[in-house]
Amino acid sequence: MSLLTIKGLQAGYGQRTVLHDVDLEIGEGQIHVVLGANGAGKTTLLRAISGTIERSGTILFDGSRIDRLSARKVVASGIAHVPQGRGTFADLSVDENIRMGAYLRSASEMRSDRERWLTFFPRLRERLSQQAGSLSGGEQQMLAIARALMLRPRLLLLDEPSLGLAPIIIRGLFDTLAAIRQETAMTMLIVEQNANLALAIADDGVVLESGSVVLRDSAANLTGNDEVRRIYLGYE
Amino acid sequence: MMLLANQIMDGLADGAIYASLALALAFSYRSTGIVNFAQGEMAMLSAYLVWQLMAWGIPLIPATIISIVVSFAAGALLYVALVRPLSQSSVLTVVSVLIGLYLALNSLAGFLWTYSIKALPSLFPKAHLGGGAFSVSVETVGIIAVVALVLVLLYFLFETTKLGLAMRGAASTPDSAELVGVPVPMMLLIGWGIAAALGALSGILVAPRVFLNPTMMFGVIIYAFAAATLGGFDSIVGAVVGGLLVGVIENLVGTYVPWIGPDLKIVVALVLIFGTLLIKPDGLFGRKKVARL
Repeated sequence: MSLLTIKGLQAGYGQRTVLHDVDLEIGEGQIHVVLGANGAGKTTLLRAISGTIERSGTILFDGSRIDRLSARKVVASGIAHVPQGRGTFADLSVDENIRMGAYLRSASEMRSDRERWLTFFPRLRERLSQQAGSLSGGEQQMLAIARALMLRPRLLLLDEPSLGLAPIIIRGLFDTLAAIRQETAMTMLIVEQNANLALAIADDGVVLESGSVVLRDSAANLTGNDEVRRIYLGYE
Repeated sequence: MMLLANQIMDGLADGAIYASLALALAFSYRSTGIVNFAQGEMAMLSAYLVWQLMAWGIPLIPATIISIVVSFAAGALLYVALVRPLSQSSVLTVVSVLIGLYLALNSLAGFLWTYSIKALPSLFPKAHLGGGAFSVSVETVGIIAVVALVLVLLYFLFETTKLGLAMRGAASTPDSAELVGVPVPMMLLIGWGIAAALGALSGILVAPRVFLNPTMMFGVIIYAFAAATLGGFDSIVGAVVGGLLVGVIENLVGTYVPWIGPDLKIVVALVLIFGTLLIKPDGLFGRKKVARL
């Protein structure tokens, strides 16, 4: 059974509708990647799921409707959203950022989970008392992911985690995501421009164009698809 | 020499009062980016509430506590009724509304309690500590102690509790706070409540020194603005250091610069505001506003 089922999703900003009739299904434990050019509606899709913008249509999460819930209720139901640009609490320390992620959890759960996730992000452990705003872009992305994981979500939404990072950092980031999936079987929905690395760790994917799904297939098939190769992978 | 020590102690006590009102300004500014021009008048009403409760037969200490609790609720209500509905409006709209509120509250106090001065008893006994040339009133020490205690409580709230962390997160990056499940409007509401409670404290501490009247906070709010500007408007530490500095500078200049004296002291506050804005606009502890284009 799928963990997330989206049917006929419409969403946008004010009068402007960005997503038209999007259908999507993500199985438990799967990594699903959303490809698409700038302005295709990838970020809007994640925002519609997490309830930070107006949306209509059906979104089923683990069998219950979440399309009418406020952002806070969606979070509480177990969906963590790492926004584009990371959304670091720049004034707070690294440790405080991590503790913010556990706002809905108890203190003891917070302590045990923090230890667990810090093993995936050793760089953060070295910088726990440092101000988060002073971290490098890659470290801030790690911190944003660690913060989201502190919720112990069942679904992790990642909005262009590679944005603005150096290639070597991006590789390390995707290795970490793969390792987290390996260990926790966490379901992830990843929006990416960097299709190569994202498809390498994903099970399935869709291609968004002007707010509609134009292609859906397994990650392996998408990697081999001529159209995708030409447009998103950068070779003929 | 003893005069200097006495003036510094008095300056610290005045400064502690400015600091608590400056903290109130900093709290509402940090949480919502709005400078509450009516903060001083709200504090004045809180002091009147103590007087009214005492007129009804409630002793000073319980009356003070009730007034601070009611002020917290009033601050929260102000956020819900005026500030939140205006959160999408232009800065000018918000400033106009708050200045309107300033005038309305001022007139309300005059209407309810008339403009003639009233005496509000001090929370502290009329006694002096020390002897000889250096003697300091219990009130002076008491004010400094009360404000210091409040600062320690605030420090514990913000640095050690989950609520405090959530409030700081909601003030710093509201979108992200929402994404980790923090009820952001509730946090901002509590921030405005704490601001009003701190303001109430400053009003109740200053009223016995200047007599209770509807315009009694005028001087205090100017010094509090000077303190907040000097310290950096968004900094908690800055508000406290700024308040103490302004209190001490004000007293020393009033005593040792003959042509200024007590009458022109308020100019000191204005000079401090101008000077800070000209030389270091972010204040001593404020964060530089950086915008990426």
